Amino acid sequence: MDRELHIRFLRDMLRARRMEERFAQEYTRGNIGGFLHLYPGEEAVAVGVLHAAEPGDYIVSTYREHVHALVRGMSMRAIAAELFGKRDGCSRGMGGSMHLFDAAHRFLGGYAIVGETYPVAIGAAYAVMMRGLPEAVICFFGDGAVNQGNFHESLNMAALWKLPVLFVCENNHYQIGTEIHRHSAVTEVYKRACAYNIPAERVTGMDAEQVHTHTLDALKRVRAGLGPALLEFETYRYRGHSMSDPGSYRPQPELKAWEADDPIAAELRDLPMHYPDADTLKAAGIDTTEDIGHRAIENGHLDTHGLEKLEAEIRAEIEDAIAFALASPEPTLDEAKGYLTAGLIHETLI
Amino acid sequence: MQTLTYWQALNRALDAEMAADDSVFILGEDVGLYGGTYRVTEGLYAKYGERRVLDTPISENSFTGLGVGAAMAGMRPVVEIMTVNFALLALDAIIDMAAKIPFMSGGQFAMPLTIRMPGGTAHQLGAQHSQRLEHTLMNVAGLRIVTPATPQDAYWQLRQAIRSDDCVIVLEHELLNFDQGPVDETIEAPPPHRAMVRREGSDLTVISYSRMANQALAAAGQLAAEGIEAEVIDLRGLRPIDWDTCAASVEKTGLLLIAEEDSRFAGAGAEIAATLAERCFASLRAAPMRVAALDLPNPYNKRLEQDIIPQPADIAAAARALINENS
Repeated sequence: MDRELHIRFLRDMLRARRMEERFAQEYTRGNIGGFLHLYPGEEAVAVGVLHAAEPGDYIVSTYREHVHALVRGMSMRAIAAELFGKRDGCSRGMGGSMHLFDAAHRFLGGYAIVGETYPVAIGAAYAVMMRGLPEAVICFFGDGAVNQGNFHESLNMAALWKLPVLFVCENNHYQIGTEIHRHSAVTEVYKRACAYNIPAERVTGMDAEQVHTHTLDALKRVRAGLGPALLEFETYRYRGHSMSDPGSYRPQPELKAWEADDPIAAELRDLPMHYPDADTLKAAGIDTTEDIGHRAIENGHLDTHGLEKLEAEIRAEIEDAIAFALASPEPTLDEAKGYLTAGLIHETLI
Repeated sequence: MQTLTYWQALNRALDAEMAADDSVFILGEDVGLYGGTYRVTEGLYAKYGERRVLDTPISENSFTGLGVGAAMAGMRPVVEIMTVNFALLALDAIIDMAAKIPFMSGGQFAMPLTIRMPGGTAHQLGAQHSQRLEHTLMNVAGLRIVTPATPQDAYWQLRQAIRSDDCVIVLEHELLNFDQGPVDETIEAPPPHRAMVRREGSDLTVISYSRMANQALAAAGQLAAEGIEAEVIDLRGLRPIDWDTCAASVEKTGLLLIAEEDSRFAGAGAEIAATLAERCFASLRAAPMRVAALDLPNPYNKRLEQDIIPQPADIAAAARALINENS
């Protein structure tokens, strides 16, 4: 993988991490309401998978979808404004944190009833198949979602009709507070796919490059009309299920172990050598308080100035997005009524 | 003009829309090779092929949800749920997805999805196969519901449902499938939710929908022999409801009787009575009256099954009582 792609991965993972951290702050300030499910720890999955997607592909996501939306290319402004419930949000303030939609990016939504992503995905895939286009549908779900009937109903139909769907399991090992060995008779999610003759594999979800490589391979098969594929990415969320969950059911050593395997740190570690060498870095003498920055500099894989610049750009993007969200007007009740039925505009109902 | 059965009219409507628009496709259990459990899709598999007339596994929630996803990606799916009863398994797809996605997306995604489901009390099908679900579905913002009672309306309203950019539930009735009636495929259809005055009268207003509208018409025939002129309104749909047509009639007659096959408690009749009482209170000479099914699951026993749902004689008796007590 070339350095440029590494930098793009790093940039998106840092944007994701910093954006979510800021949303947590905005939640405590009261600017974001309802449920807020954050993504830190899982960034490599969104980045690796979505950088393998084409613009013509459809994405179907869960309620933990801010980062999917961001990496898909939706603006941080539109995402932030939606979380703030504002008119300029990607769902016009009607959806909220769990229901981000963007037709232009073929982002078919975040769904908050566990297991709803499968039927939406096979439906979009059926449309793709009927039109004979080389498009694919990427369907995200968590480890808890595989116990819903829709999982089996939809995987069966996807395999039966060879639909172009890539099922992506973000296995963070917990359905809210119930660990996978307590909610699932088979703890290896990928093994369930063989019941429907769907090729599947388990891959680390803490390394964006591996996620990306395996996703590209799977999508190749899907686009060729050979039917669906399933990838299980083992990952971990550093926070609780949502902002109202401290996540205290998880042992600290477990959390620490996963944090030691942080995907962003891994990205920095694996970034190909460029410049400057260790002496130049030392001479530069610039330190950041960020652990990530230390790692990069220690390993000599990233120019201190480069990382600082990247972080500064991201900080600016976040400040701009939050300011935009704050300034965006509240939607009106008339607007809300107008979104209910598309047909009201064109048809005489009564 | 040609005479068709109700199922043939539905079949013609599907054929016409499939011929007109490649994005229309049908899916459901046994809709294809088998020809539809109520024959509604007969011949379409041979004409349009297995991709556009898709036999599905018994997976109501996922194949209805498949319709949702396909509609979001620009198709016009027509989902057949074999009977209303099985729609209970698809309520997540219908209520949480189809009805809410256009709204939750801020109007970005239309929902050109049609969901057909025959239901009602038929012939001794037992409690699990004789339900009515209008009370559940008509409470859901984001859905539209049509309830054709005649072959002509079956033809018109199914075509309109398929052409609509909103999710439309077509509530058919199993006992209407072999009813015959004229079907004109050339004249322009009235708007899909326009209530129809099926019989004019000045003594009282009887509001109904689906098969019960035909029963109300039969009751009006009995009443006419006694000198009572009932105005019979067929709502033709339950969401939205054409209140103007209803109110105009109630303001004319001053008496309102509602006939429904669904249970009385929290049913369609309750909504109709409440809204028209609010709107026409000054014109009403008596409280609105409802004739409805008893609050029981359908018994299998043939006589009891008939006893729990209103018959024309029950509607006529209620009309008589309403008039006698208020004249």
